[in-house]
Amino acid sequence: MKIIVMIKQVPETSEVKMDEHSGTMVREGVESIINPLDLYAIETGIKLKEEYGGQVIAITMGPPKAEKALREALAMGCDEGVLISGKEFAGSDTVATAYVLAQAVKAVGGYDLVLAGERATDGDTGQVGPGVAALLNLPLSTYTSGIVNIDNNKITVERLIEEGYEVLELPLPALLTVVKEISFPRLPTLRGKQRAKKQELQFWTGKSLDLDIGKLGLKGSPTRVVKIEHPKVLRQGKICRVTDEETLVEALDSLEKFLSEKKLIAKEGKV
Amino acid sequence: MSSAKVWTIAETSGRRLKPVSYELPARGRMLADKLGTRLASVVIGDQVDRNDLQELFWRGVDEIYLVTHPELAGFLVENYSNVLIALIKTYRPEIIIAAATTTGRTLMPHVAVRLPAGLTADCTELDIEEETGNLLQTRPAIGGNILATIKTPHHRPQMATVRPKSTKPLPRDESRSGLIHIVKFNPNWIDGRVKKVGMRQIEETGAGIQDTDVVIAGGKGLKKGENFSLLRELAMLLGGVVGASREAVDRGWISYPHQVGLSGKTVTPKLYLAAGISGAIQHLAGMKTAEVIVAVNSDPEAPIFKVADFGIVGDLFTVLPAFISRLKGGKAK
Repeated sequence: MKIIVMIKQVPETSEVKMDEHSGTMVREGVESIINPLDLYAIETGIKLKEEYGGQVIAITMGPPKAEKALREALAMGCDEGVLISGKEFAGSDTVATAYVLAQAVKAVGGYDLVLAGERATDGDTGQVGPGVAALLNLPLSTYTSGIVNIDNNKITVERLIEEGYEVLELPLPALLTVVKEISFPRLPTLRGKQRAKKQELQFWTGKSLDLDIGKLGLKGSPTRVVKIEHPKVLRQGKICRVTDEETLVEALDSLEKFLSEKKLIAKEGKV
Repeated sequence: MSSAKVWTIAETSGRRLKPVSYELPARGRMLADKLGTRLASVVIGDQVDRNDLQELFWRGVDEIYLVTHPELAGFLVENYSNVLIALIKTYRPEIIIAAATTTGRTLMPHVAVRLPAGLTADCTELDIEEETGNLLQTRPAIGGNILATIKTPHHRPQMATVRPKSTKPLPRDESRSGLIHIVKFNPNWIDGRVKKVGMRQIEETGAGIQDTDVVIAGGKGLKKGENFSLLRELAMLLGGVVGASREAVDRGWISYPHQVGLSGKTVTPKLYLAAGISGAIQHLAGMKTAEVIVAVNSDPEAPIFKVADFGIVGDLFTVLPAFISRLKGGKAK
């Protein structure tokens, strides 16, 4: 099987800090990681390769430093890495990003499966995966939580939806966006890391691909961010300390009053 | 013909419309009124209950585009995307709002790139810019650390998803009625490649976690899986669903559909009760837009208290059973 995994490098969210004066995100010193949900896609790809043979190619669009994300993917067990980078892609929204990735997937060619994380933890849209499927006219399964079977050029998957697990059968090639349940990402091995360090990556720019310049970057992006605000997350909540029977009764009296004022429980504490 | 320039996408489950179908018109109504246009809902399915269509009118909708066929029973993105694109090309709406459900978040991006149109996911606020009539879409990003306002100046339609339960349906107005456009089925809409071959129910209703008013969530502080029974009991009493932090799911105490946070679900219930959850930023990103947050934790420094409206610093194994027995006992003190 030839499997393409689309990944994204994102800031390690737990380290994101806000500059109190300018109100902007402090990016200095914030580590960049592979989007955590993409790790499940990478693991899925590697596992399929181990079972069915073939190769796994990781591709990403991003700044030059996204090379690090590709090397991490290689260290986990991907066979090749493609970095699509260039000024022409700056300001891309999900439509423009999906276009470039779709063209890149097409350029790689000959694939059986395209995998991606369900969404990235920075933009948090989940739109690029379905977008690439739409542009390449690939059968799509989003929220894929398990692969049941691959047989006779067909893949059977489960997807986690509100009502439970839906079982879909898709002809290959297909595109799956995956959720955490599908796999348990392995850690890179020492040998994997050494191999990844030495391996050559493919660096593509806008010129390497068959691209319509009008569809790139800000020009190719229908949406515009017009305002950024930094919401105050702090709620000045009431805090009760429970240390003994007396404070327990006080805390629960007060909680009951609070919840019934908010109309979350009926007055007397009855639901 | 039709003059409805604001559309909402209804969702079906069998012959019935899902509750979120009645929430979206509350958003759409305000936008349509500001633009001086009518509001339509798109209903795609098979043998959809007529009473539910009437309910859409009572909840603020003026027109319905009804596309029904046995082949459209059940959501498959390839088919629904073809239908929606055909409707958009024929009737040219300005704005389309769908639910940020697994269906909406699959269908909308599929349609948006094909058009192409601008799409903004998980909007918390939608409004109309007075001078231009453009849709202003506000959404949290970077784990909820920023709120971005986005617009689509030159492409139409302007597409957005909003989370289920983030909008109350308009009060039912039984004097309202509306117009149903029965759209002629086109067999070319059926892609036919992907087949739904089954459905496996989840043992618990964790998948409904985004579709409930009350989430009772537990984390590492619960110490073991069996202790989730406390939360289940509380959830039952308060009419809610059990949620969990990543730590609890990774320890195998509860299944992944219950996970709230960056690598799980984002929830916006009326009440989020966090028990034994310290409140890592990844978890907060999934729940901090809840209307009311109550936290119970033994560590007074736990970050969860920073976002809580009501916090109890104490042992959850003391606090929760006492709270449960009060709820059960009604007035008893």
